[in-house]
Amino acid sequence: MSFDLENLVSDLDIRGAVLYYKGNVDSDTITKALDLVEKKLFATREAPRLRKKVYNVLVESLQNLYHHSDRVPRGYHAARPDRFGMVVMEKIGRGYRITTCNFVDAVRVKELEEKLTRINRSSPEEIKEQYKDILNHQEITAKGLGGLGLLDIARKTGHRIDFRFKKYDNLNTAFRLSAVVAPV
Amino acid sequence: MEPIIIEGTPKTPSIKFDAREGVFEIKGRSIPENSVEFYKPLNEWLDQYMQGPLDKTVVNIRLEYFNTSSSKCILDVFKRLESIHRSKHDVEINWFYEEDDEDMLEAGEDYDSIIKVPFKMVEIVE
Repeated sequence: MSFDLENLVSDLDIRGAVLYYKGNVDSDTITKALDLVEKKLFATREAPRLRKKVYNVLVESLQNLYHHSDRVPRGYHAARPDRFGMVVMEKIGRGYRITTCNFVDAVRVKELEEKLTRINRSSPEEIKEQYKDILNHQEITAKGLGGLGLLDIARKTGHRIDFRFKKYDNLNTAFRLSAVVAPV
Repeated sequence: MEPIIIEGTPKTPSIKFDAREGVFEIKGRSIPENSVEFYKPLNEWLDQYMQGPLDKTVVNIRLEYFNTSSSKCILDVFKRLESIHRSKHDVEINWFYEEDDEDMLEAGEDYDSIIKVPFKMVEIVE
């Protein structure tokens, strides 16, 4: 069987998901996904604090896909190969789990893994200080990116970020990232 | 100096910066994919205002959501306000947050610890 990003989420409840999307991640897709999820969160009368946290984490997760997905590997079927990704948002107990999958260039794996490991080893206070330090001192890129997205997800969820990599070929790796937003 | 007024969208906040009143407001959601593009005209407008600010400038930030890309741009706005404050002009930033929205309160506290401008946290009780 040929590899598909869905292979990375075979343990997730896609059928019962609040949100499931696989394809081109453009600005319009993000707007529609956020609108859909917000309506569902209102319909299920989630507490405002949880609703806002979930929305915030979903914004950062989707925009991570938008900004940081690398081109899909040669031969992998995707209508638009440059911004291809997948998102699954599930209700887990009284909270939510947001999972994204995308391809990253193999040369970026080590750096990404180290960054996530460092975040997961940090205390909430350390994450807060790292966030403020980057906010205040790191130069902003032309797109407005400053490397704060993952720290923000860690800070807002207060949980370790689950991540895994699966080698696709020598040049490309599939990457999965999961964050759990628990009731507060 | 003409005011800068921008209508809000689902992803960008409404903006009203009025140099005649010295009251500036950013309100709504700031979650665009490219925040630099959105905030560029604001910062350019502030660069002009900094040449001859009023004795007192009041800035009201009423954000419901903002993404990390916007957070840097908002800091750029605040750094310009800090510069006005350093030049012996009164500047007051009111950071509004909804009750129970600890994340928004914490975000305001982050800015308060970075920017040397009087910063007031204003809780909105629903």
